[in-house]
Amino acid sequence: MTATTTPPQVRAETPGAKPSAVANGLVLVWRNLKRLPRQPDMVVYGTIQPIMFVVLFAYVFGGSISVGGSNDPRVYREFLMGGIFAETMAFAVASSSVGLADDMKKGLVDRFRSLPIARSAVITGRVVGDLVFNAFVLVVLMLCGLVVGWRIRSTVAEAALAVFILLLFTFAMLWVGALIGLSVKSAEVAASAGLIWLFPLTFISNAFVDPSYMPGWLQPVAEWNPISAVALSVRDLFGNPVGNRPDSFAGDHPVALTFIYLAAIIVLFSWLAVRKYQKAVTR
Amino acid sequence: MAAVEVAGLTKVFRSRKESVRALDGLDLAIPEGTVLGLLGPNGSGKTTTVRILATLLDADEGSARVLGHNVAREPDIVRSLIGLSGQFSAVDENLTGRENLWMFGRLYGLPSAQARDRAAELLEVFDLSEAAERTTKDYSGGMKRRLDLAGALVAQPRVLFLDEPTTGLDPKSRIELWEVIRRRVREGVTLLLTTQYLEEADILADNIAVIDQGRVIAEGTADSLKASVGGERIEVVVHEADQVGVAASVLRRHCEDDVGIEERHRRLTVASSGGASVLVSIIRDLDAEGVGIDDIGLRRPTLDDVFLTLTGHAAERAEATDTRRGAA
Ligand SMILES: Nc1ncnc2c1ncn2[C@@H]1O[C@H](COP(=O)(O)OP(=O)(O)OP(=O)(O)O)[C@@H](O)[C@H]1O
Ligand SMILES: [Mg+2]
Repeated sequence: MTATTTPPQVRAETPGAKPSAVANGLVLVWRNLKRLPRQPDMVVYGTIQPIMFVVLFAYVFGGSISVGGSNDPRVYREFLMGGIFAETMAFAVASSSVGLADDMKKGLVDRFRSLPIARSAVITGRVVGDLVFNAFVLVVLMLCGLVVGWRIRSTVAEAALAVFILLLFTFAMLWVGALIGLSVKSAEVAASAGLIWLFPLTFISNAFVDPSYMPGWLQPVAEWNPISAVALSVRDLFGNPVGNRPDSFAGDHPVALTFIYLAAIIVLFSWLAVRKYQKAVTR
Repeated sequence: MAAVEVAGLTKVFRSRKESVRALDGLDLAIPEGTVLGLLGPNGSGKTTTVRILATLLDADEGSARVLGHNVAREPDIVRSLIGLSGQFSAVDENLTGRENLWMFGRLYGLPSAQARDRAAELLEVFDLSEAAERTTKDYSGGMKRRLDLAGALVAQPRVLFLDEPTTGLDPKSRIELWEVIRRRVREGVTLLLTTQYLEEADILADNIAVIDQGRVIAEGTADSLKASVGGERIEVVVHEADQVGVAASVLRRHCEDDVGIEERHRRLTVASSGGASVLVSIIRDLDAEGVGIDDIGLRRPTLDDVFLTLTGHAAERAEATDTRRGAA
């Protein structure tokens, strides 16, 4: 170590000055994006899995699942994509939950908590960073959809709204994942606890099948499921087949319902996650 | 006013099965610009104290102040005044060394260019310039440790908390870190240092507090603590391991205090006020009993003796193993 002379007591801000949440958040977004090219396997598997779903459902189940009375596999494939978009973005929960659990385990969350930064910055940085990654996955999925025969049959404005809804949905789910990640003891637990409840949630919805063929008692669950609301909105906005539309508010106003759900999830879970962050006790 | 003031600090960790009283009415005061060495056996509450002072943990009772600011009520101000390096290195494994330090600088509120300069400067100081562009995933334990310490110094904090900063460092890095710390203290920084290396406390600390089971059991300068455990010690290293017992009984015959025994090193230690004449009698008796002597001598008490006498546990003699592990 060389004897460098440092000017004593250089401080950028006066002690106690309110940290800028945006500036702090951006630094942490940068940190989360930097890691992506350095973990190429994560990026590869993160995109291969949804693509596999598209192929499996489109070609394995596609021929035997009827949508709104049609058994044409081409109709099913176009129906499917809205559901795959919603399902894949729901599973974004895993990225923020595993990421934050890992940061907790490695003591980084503690380290960040000892810094004079905005309370929300660490989670916001994670959530926004993961949102960028999942937006990339969405683009790959849409290209994949085009290959299997999915088309956008609406106006540019409607399609843009559909993409916006998917990203807002991802954003909401990432906050849910943040709360899970801060609540569990390890990344492994975060991976399973973060995902296990998503299987029933995505399968008891209109994501992969037309719920009008489900048993009667399951139909209302699927009808009001937030994932169904997202998938139905997206199908409507892309101009894709939707199957038998439920005769209710959920069927008539899916976009409005989606925004209500997403606002509620974002408000509730961002509040819970930030609260949890402040209390988080590691080790 | 002291830079760090802790009064009656109590912390109980409760789980379903049991509750652990980690801190039990801890009192500390560190005058500004001085170094306090916090010594104590494993589980005595050192890390808990540091975590409460660094606003990471709430105390159950008592108060803690940093430069006059209550850590529980004004955590934001406290965070802007302190630098922390915890017991376990916490750096982002997917960032390079340089990127880690830049990030910490930015989070402390430095403008980007200044954060870059600080990062370069600290990489130099901590001998990490060559590894600066590598992700820290590939750093050795000691390199991570040094980067973590550099992170605590990025913003030139007025109060530093270092929890076992040199654990895992090789001897060269350790001595260099001491130099960096000394320089900071000369510039007016206040430091709370926990350590398992009593030599380190002896060298760096103005004052030492020995804690056990969450409370301070002795406090003072290294010299006053050494004086408090009595005068000189007689130390014997016997030739054969099975002669330790016989040697101990010989020592007991000549000295009143307890005989400390380190089986592995065949070393026996006892306090004695009799000086050289007792030493001579002991040598004669050991010889008569047929005990082979590798080494024997009178020495002044060290902090190890203070620690052993006060806490009744063996101080961590992890030196050898840690050094091997930390060699970068
Ligand atoms: N999060 C926690 N939950 C439960 N018990 C804890 C927790 N953190 C610490 N403890 C307990 O509190 C006591 C004090 O721990 P602490 O980490 O402060 O000791 P320490 O002096 O730093 O020890 P070491 O020298 O091993 O680092 C120990 O008995 C420990 O088991
Ligand atoms: Mg400790």
